[in-house]
Amino acid sequence: MTTPVLDVRDLQVTFSTREGLVTAVDGVSFRVDAGEVMGLVGESGSGKSVTGLAVLGLIDPPGRIAAGSIKVKATELVGQSEKALQKVRGKDVAMIFQDPMTTLNPVLRIDTQMIEAIRAHEQVSEKAARERARDALAKVGIPSPEERLNAYPNQFSGGMRQRVAIATALLNRPAVLVADEPTTALDVTIQAQILSEVQALCAETGTALVWITHDLSVIAGLADKVAVMYAGRVVEEGPVADVLERPIHPYTAGLIGSVPSRNKRGVPLAQIPGMTPQLSKLPPGCPFAPRCGYSTDPCRTIRPERTPYPGGRAARCHNPLDVPPNTPKADAARELTP
Amino acid sequence: MNATMNADATAPAVKPILSLEHVHKRFVKSLDAAERVANLFGAGLQDQVVRAVDDVTLDIAPGEVVGLVGESGCGKSTLGRIIAGILDPSDGLVRFEGADVAKMNGADRRKADLAVQMIFQDPAASLNPRMRVVEIIGEAPVVHGLIAAEEMDAYVCGLMEKVGLDPATRRRYPHQFSGGQRARINIARALAVQPRVLVCDESTAALDVSIQAQVLNLFLELRRELNLTYVFVSHDLGVIEHIADRVAVMYLGRIVELAKTDEIFEAPNHPYTQALLEEVPRLEAKKRAFTALKGEIPSPLRPPPGCHFHPRCPHVFARCSVDRPGLKPIAESRLSACHLNDETAARPGRTRSAETVSMEAAQG
Repeated sequence: MTTPVLDVRDLQVTFSTREGLVTAVDGVSFRVDAGEVMGLVGESGSGKSVTGLAVLGLIDPPGRIAAGSIKVKATELVGQSEKALQKVRGKDVAMIFQDPMTTLNPVLRIDTQMIEAIRAHEQVSEKAARERARDALAKVGIPSPEERLNAYPNQFSGGMRQRVAIATALLNRPAVLVADEPTTALDVTIQAQILSEVQALCAETGTALVWITHDLSVIAGLADKVAVMYAGRVVEEGPVADVLERPIHPYTAGLIGSVPSRNKRGVPLAQIPGMTPQLSKLPPGCPFAPRCGYSTDPCRTIRPERTPYPGGRAARCHNPLDVPPNTPKADAARELTP
Repeated sequence: MNATMNADATAPAVKPILSLEHVHKRFVKSLDAAERVANLFGAGLQDQVVRAVDDVTLDIAPGEVVGLVGESGCGKSTLGRIIAGILDPSDGLVRFEGADVAKMNGADRRKADLAVQMIFQDPAASLNPRMRVVEIIGEAPVVHGLIAAEEMDAYVCGLMEKVGLDPATRRRYPHQFSGGQRARINIARALAVQPRVLVCDESTAALDVSIQAQVLNLFLELRRELNLTYVFVSHDLGVIEHIADRVAVMYLGRIVELAKTDEIFEAPNHPYTQALLEEVPRLEAKKRAFTALKGEIPSPLRPPPGCHFHPRCPHVFARCSVDRPGLKPIAESRLSACHLNDETAARPGRTRSAETVSMEAAQG
């Protein structure tokens, strides 16, 4: 087996808060190969964004990486000095955020920002850097890139701004790109444009892509494999098609059932009762047990371990489903009224 | 009454509860002093006019769920606000149960306004952070004399139970609730004045999927229980497909297609609808190449002439940039605004290739 481009092992991120130490990410492991797309799915507070930030070494106090390892091209990032991380960040690992204005400086022109990003990592002339910036803009589908280089971020529309952020992230041909819900705020047609461009760019450059989202349907079309997070843990992982067709974990099944669509019109959606637990007050057993239709006594006392299943899959569940979501077994769990 | 019923051929053949007739909404930015001075010297500057809603006719039957879809800037929210009576149309009529809302006297207008309530997108921003939930929900019905002040507490408890909130929490402030609960508070507040129509403007967009499912289920349940009529404004086609009976697709202020949900999702007629539906990410669609509709929605300040969609349309031909296509019936209870429907007897389906169209355009 080849060395994965991104290898995250037993990552644990904690935040010290007034309510005590909160473990936002607890024992997360995954690996992404070159050119591969991994979807990291979860609801608010599941730890998916914190995982993404940890990969870039962007966890600030009161948060810290308490344990685990993050390797990019076999280089360990955890424990590195800020100076060493700056060399990696933007070069080997890059990130796109939900709001492109997180990336872009509103008072600097696009060319200034893009040239800076190139020259921070490489000894090239300003002219050469500008040319590369222009090519990058053209590649993400920005019309008349030469003129647009002289524009300020506020002169772009939302979709165009996100493209500029993507072009900037890809400037130094990173080995790993972490994308945190970059299309959530965009219209469907613009989302499709950006998805198609990111897809093409990553295939072309062999960039490993981690796509963080709450939207399972985006993952369905984009990713090769998926990891579903709940309360700081990966509760299920595997190839996208398999996970969506035959979810093992009841939470995954619940998420799939919650997605509104035509074949469920008029009928109530298979909703998950209750809401996501507070990380500071997690139950001793499986964090999902209070909302789960299949929970039994062990679920409430013993935290489920990661169990591998055939076909490169794994889940943390005492009562794995392993049945398609529309069989009678899943219907039985359907909660009809709130 | 017949005239109203014929205005929108796709509406169910019953007396509509709400109807819009040739509704326009223009937002005008007048010239400022400096620009007026510049005009004295012959700068020739003009007022900037955005036609947010451009000649929309739509009937809403009692008990039905109408979905308004489109991208940002297509005017769907403005139209939702006109329906809810928050904005008055610049032109055209809004009728509530057949009566022109603009010509109503004070008491009738208030009754019509109360009957149509709106639920906004951001469940946090639309709640006053300094009011307790019991006041947020109970204020309007007391003010409007629906209940007496001393009945408020019991009335609010009943509403909170109806939307799935614990009445014991009624003395709390909005920030003490989660996003999903705040959405429920918004729904309870809208229901408090006993409306007949709810206009939901992206009401579930800010919620997590599992919470969104809970709220959508609540909408369906309330519809059955209270015989509510809904206008659902959303950019999320999955939500619309799930909840709506009829769908109006909007592009730059105009309705480009209006039909029953099944028909529109199975065989979209307008090229814009086709493109929009193609790009919806779906659970069923496994790893695929995303196709991209070229370009972005043009500025509503300077919409393209003719068909607004023609600069992005794959089937564009000469007439599209000159003539504005009317919203015409293409089948029973289906309307579409596309010149392609006149060009051939057969409807332009998904299969129609760009080559055939350009050939026809060359011949025509």
